Amino acid sequence: MEFNTNFILGCSAIGAGLAVIAGIGPGVGQGIAAGHAAAAVGRNPGAKSDVTSTMLLGQAVAETTGLYGLLIAMLLLFVKPLVP
Amino acid sequence: MEKGILLSAADIDFMVHGVFPYKLFGQTVWITTTHVCVLIVMLVIIGFCIAANRVIKRATEVPGTFQNIVELIVEMLDNMVGGVMGKYAVGFRNYIGTIFIFILLSNISGLFGLRPPTADYGVTFALGIMTFVTIHFNKFKHQKVKGVIQGLCDPWPIWAPINVIGDVAVPISLSLRLFANILSGVVMMALVYGLLSKIAIIWPAALHVYFDLFSGAIQTYVFCMLTMTYITDACTTE
Repeated sequence: MEFNTNFILGCSAIGAGLAVIAGIGPGVGQGIAAGHAAAAVGRNPGAKSDVTSTMLLGQAVAETTGLYGLLIAMLLLFVKPLVP
Repeated sequence: MEKGILLSAADIDFMVHGVFPYKLFGQTVWITTTHVCVLIVMLVIIGFCIAANRVIKRATEVPGTFQNIVELIVEMLDNMVGGVMGKYAVGFRNYIGTIFIFILLSNISGLFGLRPPTADYGVTFALGIMTFVTIHFNKFKHQKVKGVIQGLCDPWPIWAPINVIGDVAVPISLSLRLFANILSGVVMMALVYGLLSKIAIIWPAALHVYFDLFSGAIQTYVFCMLTMTYITDACTTE
């Protein structure tokens, strides 16, 4: 079956948009981490710097899955692996 | 169809460009902008190191401004490594400090108009492979072959393939995390400067502070922190 190049590019754009939905997960996860960190600082203000650095480390690790989605979107849009 | 997806894609430029090609074993290999940017970052670091070396050789009891800065940097890196690695920190202060300074300068080189070298997967994958080799060298050194095999068959021997996949995933996820974070910053800045070039006067500075300084510093910290955690894990014998 033959497909037009424009059709494949349009489908790639739709796929890229769908791939970026992966950003929902890290958003929720980072929000939960930040909320718990705020609660921890409220309970023990002396440990603020330790809590902040731990929170940032955990958030940066949790961000990875969202970045995979972003990478897939980038590949579909700019490298165009599906276009013959 | 070569104009790309975006409407005015001609203005948007965040790809790696070839500077000049050369022949190597019959293959055409390109020197790209990444090589040039890595070279510039390296020259800056080497210049700083020569200056620091000259100052420290003639170190005074009451430190001057530059000596103070050098001592501050070294002390900060030493404390960071010592705090995470504990008694294993002795042999790793040089390595972790070096990659910390290199990644940090690479990430914030976007401020000075360069394309950050860490936004090229070749650079970050090399860093990930270095971490991988260090982890496994230390694993064999401290846990011996018996310990490594025991760790591989952790709950039961049938688990071994999954443990191997977990080991191989470490450098890939480390390098992809750094790469994708810096690349997203580069793409965002290229979109702002390419599509909004008429009104991009002063406010992109705020975006630069977030994408280049904050994100770059956080990702540097995370890369070094995870490397240290993995190496400490490999050194620990039960």
